[in-house]
Amino acid sequence: MKIGLLYSRIRKDEKLLLSELRERDHEVAKIDVRKQRFGLTETTAEIADCDVVIDRCLATSRSLYATRFLSAYGVPVINSPETAAVCADKVKNSLALEAAGVPTPATEVAFTTEAAMEAIEDFGYPCVIKPVVGSWGRLMAKIDSENAAEAILEHKATLGHYEHKVFYVQEYVDKPGRDIRVLACDGEPVAAMTRSSEHWLTNAAKGGQTADFELDDEAKDLVATASDAVGGGLLGVDLMETKDGEYTVHEVNHTVEFKALNEASEVDVPAAVVDWLELKAEVAADEAVMTA
Amino acid sequence: MTESECVECGGTVTLHDDLEIGEIVDCETCGAELEVVDVSPPVLDRAPELEEDWGE
Repeated sequence: MKIGLLYSRIRKDEKLLLSELRERDHEVAKIDVRKQRFGLTETTAEIADCDVVIDRCLATSRSLYATRFLSAYGVPVINSPETAAVCADKVKNSLALEAAGVPTPATEVAFTTEAAMEAIEDFGYPCVIKPVVGSWGRLMAKIDSENAAEAILEHKATLGHYEHKVFYVQEYVDKPGRDIRVLACDGEPVAAMTRSSEHWLTNAAKGGQTADFELDDEAKDLVATASDAVGGGLLGVDLMETKDGEYTVHEVNHTVEFKALNEASEVDVPAAVVDWLELKAEVAADEAVMTA
Repeated sequence: MTESECVECGGTVTLHDDLEIGEIVDCETCGAELEVVDVSPPVLDRAPELEEDWGE
């Protein structure tokens, strides 16, 4: 097969994927999106003869548009631009999960500091405010007091670009010092890990300690439903455990990083991902023949 | 193992064999993040600064 890989930076995750693909003798076209131009009908990117292209762009903006162009050219791309669009935006993410009946933290969005303050006061302290676009736990704030709320809102309104004037306010979930990251292929879990920290943010990028995690049936069902809710694909589903012993899904990531999961889990994550990619490429090839 | 020169401080950067164009290495002398722009021979350039929309 010929697999295209969209990137702007090769992380350890991409190196693991590239190594697995090459070991299986697949032809790999590395496509540095920084060097490409995307026209309405054609591109400089080396996509000819690619059975499938996997989007591993580090920058969300590039991911959104590059996948949109490739899809317009009729190139099978993982993940789809539709999935990317939902996952890249916390508002769309939350709405998709809610519409699918997936338990997700109570969330309100406001467009002015005054309305955001009302939302915060309704949630009570602590609550959480997040940027609608962003990752790795950056610019997330746990708000413990009215003074902190006022300061954070003023800073966002004054210093941020327009996206920061969309105030995404969320209930604070008092999780047991950890959350759960699941890597799933079209809703089928590949591996899962816990991310633990004494800090309220448990992201591996923030230094959370990782450990292998065995999913129960309820979690597996939630992962499948959450995956479907955002359009499926190669996804990172993030869950928290509540005080009531339930799960809540706070987000689904579309350019999922898995190096930490690969180390925490006994599963060979890149091998499982490439297994799935091969299947997706076969299906895409069959569909191309049928429509030819 | 191969070596290249840091564009920031001129120090020697030791590189592993499975180098990939597009990956980031750190200069152990000055701490600069460097991007691999070629592999044979290895060529390094300053890595792009972190952007707000980077992530998963």
